[in-house]
Amino acid sequence: MYIIIVGGGRVGYYLAKSLLDEGHEILIIEKDADFCETINDELGSICYRGDGCEASTLAQVGTGRADMLVAVTGDDADNLIACQVAKHKFKVPRTIARIRNPKNEVLFKKLGVDVTISSTNVILEQIAEEVPTHPLIHLHEIRDKGLEIVEVKIPQGASTIGKALKDIALPQGTIIPLLIRKSQKPMVPNPNTILMAEDQVVAVTDPKAEDTLRKALRGG
Amino acid sequence: MKVIIMGCGRVGARLAGLLDTSGHSVTVLDTDSYSFRRLPSGFKGKALVGNGIDEEALKRAGIEQVDAFVAVTQGDNRNIMAAQIAKHIFGVKRVICRIYDPLRQELYDGLGIESLSPTTIFADLLKKKLES
Repeated sequence: MYIIIVGGGRVGYYLAKSLLDEGHEILIIEKDADFCETINDELGSICYRGDGCEASTLAQVGTGRADMLVAVTGDDADNLIACQVAKHKFKVPRTIARIRNPKNEVLFKKLGVDVTISSTNVILEQIAEEVPTHPLIHLHEIRDKGLEIVEVKIPQGASTIGKALKDIALPQGTIIPLLIRKSQKPMVPNPNTILMAEDQVVAVTDPKAEDTLRKALRGG
Repeated sequence: MKVIIMGCGRVGARLAGLLDTSGHSVTVLDTDSYSFRRLPSGFKGKALVGNGIDEEALKRAGIEQVDAFVAVTQGDNRNIMAAQIAKHIFGVKRVICRIYDPLRQELYDGLGIESLSPTTIFADLLKKKLES
């Protein structure tokens, strides 16, 4: 694949490095002369000096034949414009933008950017997963359907232990497709499955019902 | 009419003063309160510190009730992004932004963003002056 990376900072540099290792054709567009020189010295001549938001720059690096453009500068507006120019002027099939403000996720989608990566959100989620007492972990988001997959761990002493799933008032529209029990194989629970301490319950739910779900499964 | 002007530079401040004098209700938004020194002394509108590419800041500036939004910060990309938020998220009727780069202006023209390029306008004016 021919992948263009806009922004030769730390994210751009390491992204290029790993994609090169996978055998892709990579080009970085970077404004700063020193950054360009470092990249060209260390990764081979793959850095073009210029403004990745400018149509003329993108034309010069052959954006028309690019399979993907990834904008990873530190500025949300710059990343948005780079993706839009690539998409609308050069018909790049897939555009990915890094965003700083997690709120821009929805906006960028609306404005035609295919994928957004919010470093802030990624870091927050990673930390949440590593905090053992965190009651609810986000596993996956199905954005266009307004759904998410979460994991709720049943703590020792929870009032729901010993109850069957059918006796637990789950928020409307929530389903539980998977239950992981200590030293057992993962199972698809049925309405009569009894909750036990330390069960990991995987649920598909509406993000707005998260709190209700957590309370229903952990009791209070 | 009610107008939000994003960016209180020379152009933003002057436009704010002109609209204010004509009796329009003007809110100026800038990330740096020091910029508000440029507003004329009798300015009756509002001056708010905030980033025009942040939805929350725009709401605070009352974007849900305005008739027009103008983006005239120094950054083309910020102006374009703010204009798109105003137009596509908040449905503001009249949105105009400044884009210095003529190529970028051409593209966004095609995408339905109304813009003015000082580069093109001023170069044309100069040419006319020189040739007259």
